[in-house]
Amino acid sequence: MILEVTNIQKSFPLPGGGTVQILDVPQLKVDSGEQTVLLGQSGGGKTTLLHIIAGITTPDKGSILLDGIELTKLSEQGRDRVRAAKLGYVFQTFNLLPGFTALENVRLGMTFGNGKHDITRATRLLERVGLGDRLHYKPSQLSVGQQQRISVARALANRPRLLLADEPTANVDAANQQKIIDLIRETCQEEQIALIMVTHDLKLAQQFPRIERLEDLNRVLQAVAK
Amino acid sequence: MNLLLIAWRNMQQRGLSSWLTIFSMALGVTLVVIVLAISGVVTESFQRNSSVGYNIIVGAKGSPLQLTLNTVFYLSRPVENVPYSYFLEFQPGTGRQDAFKKIGGRMHEADRPGRYSRYMAGGFAVPVCLGDYFGPFRVVGTTPDFFANLRYGEAGDMEYKFSEGRNFQEYSQENGYFEAVIGSRAASEMKVKVGDKVSPSHGNPDGEGHGEKFTIVGVLAPTGTPNDRALFINMEGFYWMDKHSKPLDEVAKAEKESGLTYAETPGTAESDGLPAKLPIHQREVTAILVKPGGESGIFAANMERTINENLQAQAASPVREIANMLSMFVQPVQFALLVLTIMVCLVSAIAILVSIYNSMSERRRDIAVMRALGARRDVVLAIILAESVLIAVAGGVIGWLLGHGISAIASPWVEDQTGIQVGFLTINTWEWMLIPGIVLLAIGAGLIPAFSAYRTDVSRNLSA
Repeated sequence: MILEVTNIQKSFPLPGGGTVQILDVPQLKVDSGEQTVLLGQSGGGKTTLLHIIAGITTPDKGSILLDGIELTKLSEQGRDRVRAAKLGYVFQTFNLLPGFTALENVRLGMTFGNGKHDITRATRLLERVGLGDRLHYKPSQLSVGQQQRISVARALANRPRLLLADEPTANVDAANQQKIIDLIRETCQEEQIALIMVTHDLKLAQQFPRIERLEDLNRVLQAVAK
Repeated sequence: MNLLLIAWRNMQQRGLSSWLTIFSMALGVTLVVIVLAISGVVTESFQRNSSVGYNIIVGAKGSPLQLTLNTVFYLSRPVENVPYSYFLEFQPGTGRQDAFKKIGGRMHEADRPGRYSRYMAGGFAVPVCLGDYFGPFRVVGTTPDFFANLRYGEAGDMEYKFSEGRNFQEYSQENGYFEAVIGSRAASEMKVKVGDKVSPSHGNPDGEGHGEKFTIVGVLAPTGTPNDRALFINMEGFYWMDKHSKPLDEVAKAEKESGLTYAETPGTAESDGLPAKLPIHQREVTAILVKPGGESGIFAANMERTINENLQAQAASPVREIANMLSMFVQPVQFALLVLTIMVCLVSAIAILVSIYNSMSERRRDIAVMRALGARRDVVLAIILAESVLIAVAGGVIGWLLGHGISAIASPWVEDQTGIQVGFLTINTWEWMLIPGIVLLAIGAGLIPAFSAYRTDVSRNLSA
């Protein structure tokens, strides 16, 4: 088991006072190397759940066991270290740093992770995603699809145990969507990395061996539906 | 990738803003370097010139600083004069009686040795008469002993040399009493050379010209002292110029009021086959440059005290007066200038703060991404501080090079004016504080934006 989420709850304060509950997830388990898709509509708390799993946001209640480490008991610094060492993150909007080249964006993940500047691995990853001839290009010089491929390479740079992908094809044209999904799935499979991908696209979700619908996972959404 | 490279990339990302901030810091550091260089030149110039080769300046009662400025630096208006007979009190052995017999005139107690002669064995006293100008340059009436006895340089051991010609003589067959030596800078600015005849003007640079013409027989090699900016003429000739002899009615009145008795002698000039000399009672000197004999430190202190107890004249120590002037006037001005330039650096540091702080809103997403990739808060803080330090150090290095470049370009002019060389690598002691100071300043300036980055809400900025 790489991830075990138990009884996670999360509320946010409202501007006028009071709070609104976003998440109430009794359980979510993911095995090592398993590929899971979280299917749900916008505003369902998908990104918040990923942020909690990544240790970026803390839950109000509950437990998150990541590769045997209880995240909710760690300090912020501790969560940063675990995130750098065990997690990869592919953002919906790529979030590449514009001042850095493709190779530097990939190496950036290594800098904050194990501290080893493995240029060979960074180069190999970029070659793997088809950008071996674009190593020293800045993001602005690359297409949207190429940018997302860099962000995939960056997320894999530290050999994570779990890859979180937040709507990775939402900003990519239709022609490139399937390529990105294939790339993520294949590389995760090659490197024995567990994958949780969030999407609202049923067609994309159906390619995965396991689909978790957020409506089933999140009691808040069930209560709203009733 | 190390943090400095990440900081460097952030700087490149905001190219224009970063370069403008670097330029602002560079200007501040350039100013500091130039002010330090000027301070160094001023201090060294004063210190060099305080090694004048004599211990005491004797002149009329008044301000010892004015006497020093007037005599050493040829600045300020000339002070009052003292009688030539007072100068003779400093002649060693029987020098006083001998001078009376040789020059002639009237003098009180002409047959006794000089009052300070017991201090003077092995020393010297050189008379100086000021008040005339050659163009903008001071004219110094003195004796050939001026260049024979005085020394200059930091250690006070360098002899005056002539780049052209020779020292003037008290009397020469071809020029009589009217020979002159000119300082290097005065010669080049006034475009005169050996053999030229010059006529000093009386009282101020635009004053009426004297009729007497002096022949230049020597041009001094550059010394870096105020003597480069003066014309030295034979005192015997100086006395024969119009308005340079004390009027006889004034002499008679002073002698009558004193109630003293005066011996009189015609002098030996005529019998020696020389033109007549101005009699002693009509002669005055502006200052007497005195170096007592023996271990002059103790003698000089005694002599200075004795002279100052007397009502007729004052004695000033040029070294002490120059040191006082440095500490009272020059150093406070240097300090004020330094403070001003440090303020300019502070403003530059604030520019760094504003520049980075203003960029924070557009960088929050990048910071959030770095945090999401595992960068700890303290790493983000270090990246921003490194950026601030990089900007400041880049500005500092450029400013240092610029400051020293300007100093090196100005070096020939400074050397011409002061005799002091300012090379590209002439480094003031305080400059070693510059880089650590700039780094500290940059860290101070970077702290506010760095803490702003430190507090970045990752979740909110990733979702934004």
